[in-house]
Amino acid sequence: MGEFLSMGGYGWYVWMSYGACAVAIAAEFVALRARRRRALDDAQASGVDAEPLRAGAAR
Amino acid sequence: MAINWYRYASPATFYPVAGRLAPAFGALAAIFAAAGLWIGFALAPTDATQGEAYRIIFVHVPTAWMAMFVYLVMAFWSALALAFNARLSAMMAQALAPTGALMAALALWTGAFWGRPTWGTYWAWDARMTSTLILLFLYLGVIALRGAIDDPRRADRACAVLALVGAVNVPIIYFSVQWWNTLHQGATVSLTAAPKMASLMLAGMLVMSFAAWFWCIAAALWRVRAIILERERGSAWVAALPETNLRAA
Amino acid sequence: MAGRREGDDGEPGGVLAGLGWALARDLRLAVRTRSELAVQLLFYAIVVTLFPLATTPERTLLMTMGPGVLWVAALLASLLSLPRMFALDQADGTLEQMALSPWPLPAIVSGKILAHWLTTGLPVVLLAPLAALQYGLDGEAIAVLVAGLALGTPILSLLGAIGAALTLGVRGAGGLLALLVLPLYVPVLIFGAGAVDAVRAGLGADANLSLLGAGLIVAALGAPFAAASAVRIALD
Repeated sequence: MGEFLSMGGYGWYVWMSYGACAVAIAAEFVALRARRRRALDDAQASGVDAEPLRAGAAR
Repeated sequence: MAINWYRYASPATFYPVAGRLAPAFGALAAIFAAAGLWIGFALAPTDATQGEAYRIIFVHVPTAWMAMFVYLVMAFWSALALAFNARLSAMMAQALAPTGALMAALALWTGAFWGRPTWGTYWAWDARMTSTLILLFLYLGVIALRGAIDDPRRADRACAVLALVGAVNVPIIYFSVQWWNTLHQGATVSLTAAPKMASLMLAGMLVMSFAAWFWCIAAALWRVRAIILERERGSAWVAALPETNLRAA
Repeated sequence: MAGRREGDDGEPGGVLAGLGWALARDLRLAVRTRSELAVQLLFYAIVVTLFPLATTPERTLLMTMGPGVLWVAALLASLLSLPRMFALDQADGTLEQMALSPWPLPAIVSGKILAHWLTTGLPVVLLAPLAALQYGLDGEAIAVLVAGLALGTPILSLLGAIGAALTLGVRGAGGLLALLVLPLYVPVLIFGAGAVDAVRAGLGADANLSLLGAGLIVAALGAPFAAASAVRIALD
């Protein structure tokens, strides 16, 4: 395991690369979820007083 | 002819479609990434000249490819948005920009960490790295222009024009940077990976490229869903969505 | 990308009339506000003077840096005056009238671009030999520098017009304009400064200058249409 992590002495470079990619993708995923939640909250806030609600719900 | 594309061009129709597609592409990305990492770390042999450092290729090349490819796709949606005044196309272009910028940034970052052990420096004015940096600036320009315009319809069209102008310029920029790089051959930076790559290395790279591609699709679809919600809030169909109603209860 | 005009496209008289009218109008305006032109030239001269102070007055190094510095200063000087290209017309409502006029909008925009080059690009081209002397460039290098600037600065005005139209009336337009336009200037910078480097290396600048000329033709044929559609987007 230690041998795998050391990557033949190149561990710093290899894991900084892969780590950054993992962190970036995870961060994008979290940011997307947060944005969706925010959008839903806003949609709800503005949807309550929107009168065509009933017409849409009847669809 | 059987498919009515105009039906899918409506945000209200596309929203649930994207909702079904995005997790599927996300799952595909995860599967391909797992397979690619397995090939890249467990099966692919150590490189004769670069040792284990070359394994950065499995994230570097896919992100670099996606950085370029996403820009082309963004320009394609921008062209559709301008030509047909299609709102959904503009939203797709808007959804792609941050993911493309992220890919360009990751390509630069992994390139730096690959360059240090192989070239002896984190940053070299290599033609590809320099072009990717300028590509990142182009992405950031589109994102910044979007952020500076309040009216979404105006932002759609302005960003579409900018993306198209950028797309016309990208090949010229790549050519000019290549030209500049060959003129100044001072620093001897040449990539040694090319000649004969073991087939397992190539396989790992391709599988990881598919993983990156699927991730970009999934991220863009998730983002476009959020964008649709943001823009269409207050409309009847958004108010009638199960997710907005569930949260009200 | 066609300049979508309703009635009269393809009529050469309309194109030239629109171009000439906009050119004359912007030149008249420029003469009236000539102190601003002087400010741009001063800006160019000062930027060029700052580099040796920030680095070294050593001759060989200055000769190496010179072409690049003179070109970067030209980019910045061009950028400095870009926001004015459409903003004044928008403020007094003239831009709206231009968009409604019977002349094709790309022709009017071309006239404005030409005026921008004549008032900001051309002075820089003329001032460059003096600045080049400060950097110890010799006669042939100066000739190529001037030729490159003469071909390249119109491209800066053409591409800049697109950015100026896109950022019209937008929050933080000045900084945003730089972010949008400077990456697009990269090829011009490379071929322009590269031409002088090539001459100094004894390679001849023909290839660089031909590429700049080709770029100028392509930009002149494409940019006015993109800028015109950006103006329309900004107006409605």
